[in-house]
Formats: sequence, C-alpha cells, structure tokens
Amino acid sequence: MKAAIVVFPGTNRERDMRIALKRVTGRDPLMLFHREELPKGLDLVVLAGGFSYGDYLRCGAMAAQSPIMKDIKDFATKGGHILGVCNGFQILIEAGLLPGGLLRNASLRFLSMDCHMRVERAGTAFTSRWQKGAVFRAPMAHGDGNYFADDATLDRLEGEDLVAFRYTDENGTVTEAANRNGSARNIAGILSPNLRICGLMPHPEDLVDPLMGGTDGLPMFESLADTFVSA
Amino acid sequence: MKARVYVMPKAGVLDPQGKAISHALEGLGFAGVNDVRAGKVIELDLAETDPAKAKSAAEDMARKLLANTVIESFRVELA
Repeated sequence: MKAAIVVFPGTNRERDMRIALKRVTGRDPLMLFHREELPKGLDLVVLAGGFSYGDYLRCGAMAAQSPIMKDIKDFATKGGHILGVCNGFQILIEAGLLPGGLLRNASLRFLSMDCHMRVERAGTAFTSRWQKGAVFRAPMAHGDGNYFADDATLDRLEGEDLVAFRYTDENGTVTEAANRNGSARNIAGILSPNLRICGLMPHPEDLVDPLMGGTDGLPMFESLADTFVSA
Repeated sequence: MKARVYVMPKAGVLDPQGKAISHALEGLGFAGVNDVRAGKVIELDLAETDPAKAKSAAEDMARKLLANTVIESFRVELA
C-alpha cells in the first residue's frame, strides 16, 4: 500500500497515523507538507487530525483551500481512496468531498475521552475487517464534531448506506448519552457514494497497539492493507 | 470600497454559542432575552469602486469561503 499523510500547519496527529499505517504495511507512509504536490501512484491519502491553520474561520476551512487540495480533489475524482480523521474529516467536508457540516459540540465543551462506535457499513476498504454491527472503542478529541446535514441529506446517506459509523454505548445501542457531541442521528463517520472516501471524528489510529491500551482501531488499517495487498 | 459580510448560523441549525450566551445573560439578571444567535462579521476592503460589482464579488467570496452555506447564511452590506 502506497499511502501519504498530508501535513498542514497545525496538523498534529500525523505521527499517530504514521504508526498505525506502518503497523499494517511495515513501511513508513509518505509525509507530505501542504505545499508539495501529490505524487502519482498513491493508493491512499490520509488527512490527519489537529488544528490546521488554527481552526481559523471554521475548522478545516483554510486547509480546504490549500494548494494540495486541488491534487487531492483530482485524486478523488479518479477514484482514489481518502481517509479523513477528526480535523481531516472537517477538511474533507469543507472541501466538498463529503456532505454536511461539523458544528461546535452541542455541550460547547471540548471532548477528550473514549467513545464507542458501531460499524454501520462493513465490506468497504475502511471497514472490511469488521462485521456490520461490530462495536469498537476509539479516543476522541475535538471541539467541533457535531455532525449536521439537512434531513434530505441524512435520508440519502442512510438510504444509500453511506453512514460508516454511529456513536453507541459499549453494547452497540444508539443512545443520546453515547452521542456526546450531539451529532445528527448519532453519525460519527460517513462514506462517499463510491465508498472510497471516509471521514470520521474519533481516532482509530490511537488504538492500534496493546501499548496504547488496545487494538480496537486496528481493523480499519488492516482493512486498508487488505484492499491494497498487492501494492 | 468596504464591504461587511455577516455570517450567521442558519435558522434551524443548533447554535450552542448563542444558547450559552443566552444562559449567561440570564445569570447576570437580564430578563426577557428570548433567544440569542451568535455569528461573525468579516470586513473586506475592496479595490472595486462599483457598488454592484463589489457586492457581487463579496457574495462570491462568502459562498466560496467566508460562509459554509450548509450550516450558515450570509448577508453582504456595503459600508
């Protein structure tokens, strides 16, 4: 798997992401600064978490206009796989690569804690190692993760089976209490219609080694490694 | 020519900041505040001197960057 992680000024989770990708592929992903061009022949582009451009204007809004995003949009148009986690999800939304918006958490508090998610869509490049309905734990750390979209968009996402993950309790039950940031319909992560772009707020990359306290997030990266096994 | 872009959370979109401000005002003893919505104002100093063109340019900027029209509405005023 040839993967690249894009680093904007203020990105701070790129090394966590590198550990997760290296763990499943055995080699370091490319680290690309936002002024560089996207090289050809990549399988996966990852937008990692952080506070790109200090969250100025809106989270992800500045990064979405940065020069490398033009290459990333071309990569998406050609069917490339893109993973956006936390601020990376916000950037994908601001760039128009995924629908909706991410509002300030309903509680107005920055949330730094573990959450549980249920896999709503298995069998994709990001989720093939899970069964539909599987529940896993992931840390989250964000101030603006309250997923919003109008009802028509939410209905379309659900109708086309593009909700990847939902916030649930540890038993996989959708509850209001498990939806700490107030996201519409407990949505934690979504997919593009071609299933090749995935964005989510929590951090699976931070639970990929027993030394981190668990390997709950590892299936996401094993799924990606399976998808690009020959590359 | 100066333009002011007012960006507000859309009607129907939860505005937790507005809600928190409302609660804080209540805590300070200000009665009768029915609702608070918090947005932002962006001031642009434009080289354009034609008001219609300046307004249309500012609106284009708002659509492409200054506002996220999924969650926010905007209004441009020329100053």
